[in-house]
Amino acid sequence: MARIRIAAPDTAEPGEIIELKALIQHPMESGFRRGSRGEVIPRDIITTFECLYDGEVVFEAEFFPAVSANPFLTFHTKATQTGTLEFRWTHQDGEIWSQTHALTVG
Amino acid sequence: MIRTVVVGCWLALTAACGEAGPARDVSSMAPSPLKSGYEFLTPETQALQTDAFANPGFLWVDRGAVLFADAREGSPACASCHEANGEALQGVAAHYPAVDETSGRLLNLEGRINTCRERHQKRDRLDYESDDLLALTAYVAGLSRGAPIAASVGGPAAKYAERGRDYFYTRRGQFNISCNQCHNDYWGQKLRGDTISQGHGNGFPAYRLEWQSIGSLHRRFRDCDAGVRAEPLEYGSDTYVALELYLASRAEGLLIETPAVRR
Ligand code: HEC
Ligand code: HEC
Repeated sequence: MARIRIAAPDTAEPGEIIELKALIQHPMESGFRRGSRGEVIPRDIITTFECLYDGEVVFEAEFFPAVSANPFLTFHTKATQTGTLEFRWTHQDGEIWSQTHALTVG
Repeated sequence: MIRTVVVGCWLALTAACGEAGPARDVSSMAPSPLKSGYEFLTPETQALQTDAFANPGFLWVDRGAVLFADAREGSPACASCHEANGEALQGVAAHYPAVDETSGRLLNLEGRINTCRERHQKRDRLDYESDDLLALTAYVAGLSRGAPIAASVGGPAAKYAERGRDYFYTRRGQFNISCNQCHNDYWGQKLRGDTISQGHGNGFPAYRLEWQSIGSLHRRFRDCDAGVRAEPLEYGSDTYVALELYLASRAEGLLIETPAVRR
């Protein structure tokens, strides 16, 4: 189970630039570290993050092994219509974690 | 002759002489003025701690809130006895570690939570440093955010505080250094890339950037013990719990910051 924290406004004026914040708990194991017995700890990272506004991608990020554990993103988008914001993280093996937030514009 | 010995001792071995002396009052040796580890952080790390959204420690606090409300068949939730949102436990962490009346043992917050699980919920103890125990501890300690530390070191707690004090003042490891030497004598000074703080536990469980995770105070003790090349004690060991009590007595009045962010 992934733990996610989202900070987004519930309401906005049409055309307003809104700030969105997204935090997910994940070890982001780089694949370059070794355990106490010298064995390589396998890579285990999230590779993409997307924010969809009524199904349309408004922000996208690629993650690499150097991204810290529990990655935290702050970004902006323009509020256009009442709708749903979806925050979606995709793991290197294809697993997806997501959370939605309702935004009322007007 | 005697005079030279005394002076020599005073100059070179203040710490060692102090140990031999009769001063056994466990709370009298607090560093002054008291400063939280927060004050030794960079402004960026401070900002991460104070931003209640960005502070990653809250991932565990959130999880703790879910676990706190977890009721099962024949096993009530923490919330059924301690009120929804843990209201009945606000400020409690500031008085921990504390002696459990039933068993006479000194319990830290982790120990208390596991005792409630066994005694009142009929569930198994959670492993020390497991994600769930860290989450519950961070949640319960977080209910006391901003409360001044006020642990009791009198009565049945006195012998534990003394044991913790002894651990604090004993030199150990290949480097032969005591907690006291770093955190009383040299706080504010540099040790490699770090500024040594006064060594208080008021932010724990804390999110350490080095750990990339939240960790217990005992994990921090283990790091400090390993740092002087001493054998770290077991998580949850009675001596570490006693040490926690001594630290609380020397930090009396400092505000709880859990979940703190540390380097
Ligand atoms: C060689 C010096 C050294 C010794 C000895 C040492 N520590 Fe530390 N300790 C540090 C450093 C460096 C840090 C990280 C920076 C800081 O917060 O002080 C630290 C951090 C801490 C912290 C976390 C403080 C905070 O606000 O995050 C606690 C608590 C602590 N030490 C307790 C102890 C105890 C108890 C002992 C003895 C078992 C001990 N230390 C021994 C150097 C030392
Ligand atoms: C069936 C009731 C019950 C449940 C369930 C329960 N507790 Fe308790 N709790 C108590 C009682 C009673 C005490 C007082 C000490 C004792 O008698 O064990 C206590 C004490 C405590 C204390 C210390 C309070 C103080 O003032 O020192 C904490 C913290 C605590 N519980 C946390 C929890 C957590 C966290 C959970 C869930 C994991 C939990 N409890 C589940 C009944 C309960």
